[in-house]
Amino acid sequence: MSTHALSTPLAEDPPRRKPRRPAAPRLQTLDGLPPGPGRFNRSLHWLAFHGLPPLLGLALFMLGWQLLSLHNTSLPGPATTWAAAVELFADPFYDNGPNDQGIGWNILHSLARVGIGFGLAALVGIPAGFIIGRFAFIGRMAAPIISLLRPVSPLAWLPIGLLVFKAAGPASIWVIFISSIWPMVLNTAAGVAQVPQDYLNVARVLKLPEAKVFTRILFPAVLPHMITGIRLAIGVAWLVIVAAEMLTGGVGLGFWVWDEWNNLNVAHILIAIFVVGIVGLLLEQALVLLARRFEY
Amino acid sequence: MDKFVQLQDVGMAFDTRQGRFVALRNVNLDIREGEFLALIGHSGCGKSTVLNLIAGLLRPSAGVLLCHNREIAGPGPDRGVVFQNHSLLPWLSCYGNVYLAVERVFGAKENRSMLKQRTHDALAMVGLSHASHKRPHEISGGMKQRVGIARALAMQPKVLLLDEPFGALDALTRAHLQDELLRIVAQTRTTTVMVTHDVDEAVLLSDRIVMMTNGPAATVGEILAIGLPRPRERLALASDPAYHAARNVVMDFLYRREIRQAA
Repeated sequence: MSTHALSTPLAEDPPRRKPRRPAAPRLQTLDGLPPGPGRFNRSLHWLAFHGLPPLLGLALFMLGWQLLSLHNTSLPGPATTWAAAVELFADPFYDNGPNDQGIGWNILHSLARVGIGFGLAALVGIPAGFIIGRFAFIGRMAAPIISLLRPVSPLAWLPIGLLVFKAAGPASIWVIFISSIWPMVLNTAAGVAQVPQDYLNVARVLKLPEAKVFTRILFPAVLPHMITGIRLAIGVAWLVIVAAEMLTGGVGLGFWVWDEWNNLNVAHILIAIFVVGIVGLLLEQALVLLARRFEY
Repeated sequence: MDKFVQLQDVGMAFDTRQGRFVALRNVNLDIREGEFLALIGHSGCGKSTVLNLIAGLLRPSAGVLLCHNREIAGPGPDRGVVFQNHSLLPWLSCYGNVYLAVERVFGAKENRSMLKQRTHDALAMVGLSHASHKRPHEISGGMKQRVGIARALAMQPKVLLLDEPFGALDALTRAHLQDELLRIVAQTRTTTVMVTHDVDEAVLLSDRIVMMTNGPAATVGEILAIGLPRPRERLALASDPAYHAARNVVMDFLYRREIRQAA
């Protein structure tokens, strides 16, 4: 008899807040079956097939880099770069005037520009996406403009920004804005257009008022699409900021790369590449986590 | 009241890219209060269109539909619909899905605890109290359809409209839910219209079966009253000659008179 192992207490009332994850089903032990691999063996197995390959890949990458640096002496190897990075990150927030600031300031300035440009783009792009997706007429009006402007390289907008704002900072924010708005507009609009008719029929049968249709049906249905758009937009924004800052100058990772190129400090350029990569990865992962939160 | 829902000379045409497609013509039908009516016909005969017209999700191209002597001008909570593919909102729990409907219909005149009670009662009626906190993707197809029924019934509609509610379920689950529906309808005495293509289901559940001719331009072909006494018992009916007679009439209509041309 193993019924006692299956019986779980039935909740009479649903909890006020839904449980984040359903409780894991209790493992059933059946007599007569051989025991599975032990906990230690299973984690060893997992490590061999999931933990090992990424480490192996990184090790190969390092090896290739080392060989390349031996071949070409102007390229610093991993050890040299690491030593430079340790020195650099020992004091990330020093400030010796506008052209010589710690790596921490550079990262924060770039992030702030991306944050502002991206935030403004979200503020404009997401509502625009909702309108374009909900009203076919406006969607068709916007279609030629979007398809014309979207393929334009973001940096082509920089002179317009400099012309209008007459300052480098707002101009690079403007470039971030214009490059990150398209994924949000298009994904939100596609999400709205793809809301299944069934859900809208539910709203019609219930005669939900328009505000409730939005909060209870349209918004939750579109949310995953919207977050995809946000994720793509952040990715583009982070790609573009380095290039924009190279052109505009000021404090920021892009300017720093250019500055160190002028100093012929290649180790710092390599560090900058890693920093840009790691920050981009973290941004991406944060949004993946956010997206998982709203999955259904 | 004898004529609860009336369809008078209803016609329905859709404008498609290939031109005008006439789906229904001259549909005349009176549905009595408390009656269980099944609409049966081959696929494409417009039976779902009839249901959507009663629901108000579609407006007729010709003719008039009345519910309670008032013209059906659009969808509304007095006509609860159970959709073919359950149409539960995946971001709400079973409880949340039913509560959305309850809140909309009774929210204006009842307080929160009364609304909660109604939601619990509706879920209990379909035997899903234990799953009320689960999301639709965590429950089986049969359970989803039950939540759909609970949501429709929780609104206390004048008419319950079921669009092939059990079509996507396996035979055992379907039989189980048919029995549940028999019990629930006997209990609530809700006027019910059900679209189906399952002859046994139609005979088992309904008071009258409306047989539709083949489309395009389908209409009511024949109406068969099922005089079988209630409560009905699936196993007892299996050996009931009256059951088989009714079944044969419908079969004869579907497979001799309105035989579907091979597509």
